[in-house]
Amino acid sequence: MQPLLDFISQPWHWSISGFMIILVMFLLMYSGGRFGVSSNLRTLCAIGGGEKFSDYFAFDWKKDVWNLVFVAGSIIGGFIAAFYLTSPDPVQISENTQTYLQTIGIKTPQTISEGTGFVPKEIFNDMSKPLNIILMILGGFFIGFGTRYANGCTSGHAISGLSNLQLASLIAVVGFFTGGLIITWFVLPNIL
Amino acid sequence: MKYIKYLLIGILFGIVMTKSEAISWFRIQEMFRFESFHMYGIFAVAIACGILMHIILKKLNVKTYSGDEIKYTLKDNGIPSLLIGGTIFGLGWAITGACPGPMFVLLGHGVWSILIVILSAILGTFVYGILKKRLPH
Repeated sequence: MQPLLDFISQPWHWSISGFMIILVMFLLMYSGGRFGVSSNLRTLCAIGGGEKFSDYFAFDWKKDVWNLVFVAGSIIGGFIAAFYLTSPDPVQISENTQTYLQTIGIKTPQTISEGTGFVPKEIFNDMSKPLNIILMILGGFFIGFGTRYANGCTSGHAISGLSNLQLASLIAVVGFFTGGLIITWFVLPNIL
Repeated sequence: MKYIKYLLIGILFGIVMTKSEAISWFRIQEMFRFESFHMYGIFAVAIACGILMHIILKKLNVKTYSGDEIKYTLKDNGIPSLLIGGTIFGLGWAITGACPGPMFVLLGHGVWSILIVILSAILGTFVYGILKKRLPH
């Protein structure tokens, strides 16, 4: 068992990762579901009684409970991967990005004792800074508002939609990158 | 019990998202700065395999395990909603380094501040639902 765990625990090559994402999509489709995470946000609003406020939340959410169970599983999967399949080294970020991040006050972990390289502790672990809380709230709001407005996120549009050759998904992905590039090149360097 | 398979697929997804490093804020910065091929490689392989998978499923007329028609993703929204909504989501993706899948996976990692992002995302969806009729689609 240990050699297998060690094998899985090393960082995965991107080609393996890309293939595994499609395996997840196939398993969902073969089970009768589909691969799209952001619709769960709408389901959660519907369960919370959102139909009193908008017709958008008036639908039979019980049909979509399977997707919430999938999300619950992904939290467990994250836990398993974080605590039992830990890579020996942090995420290997390119030198150029590391140098740039240094200039905006974010240190990329060099050893696993400094961090896993999943989230920067300067932002995620310091909730005493009002800016960090504002970033979390605004970022989350944009994710929830934008994905439902565009009717899909990375899983629904960039993976499911593009692989089913949906032009709408290509347009949505152009939007994703427009927003991402604005924040990365013009906003974060000026506020961090 | 019919839900157990979705729980298991979800667990696989959480592991895949972690080991692929797609949940890494640093990887998303690197991607938007065009300084590494990693994320583009993941997308390229996923989409290529996905296109092939769709061709095979349709050609062989594969049904779900219970014999129903497979649900194919059909996206037919208007261009304004895709561009405006997509751009707004992109802002959130680059700020938090997480899209909806990874944001839940990170919760499993014990990144507690991501709870703020999740709750705020639910609020964002709620506000979208209220404003939907007044927005261009």
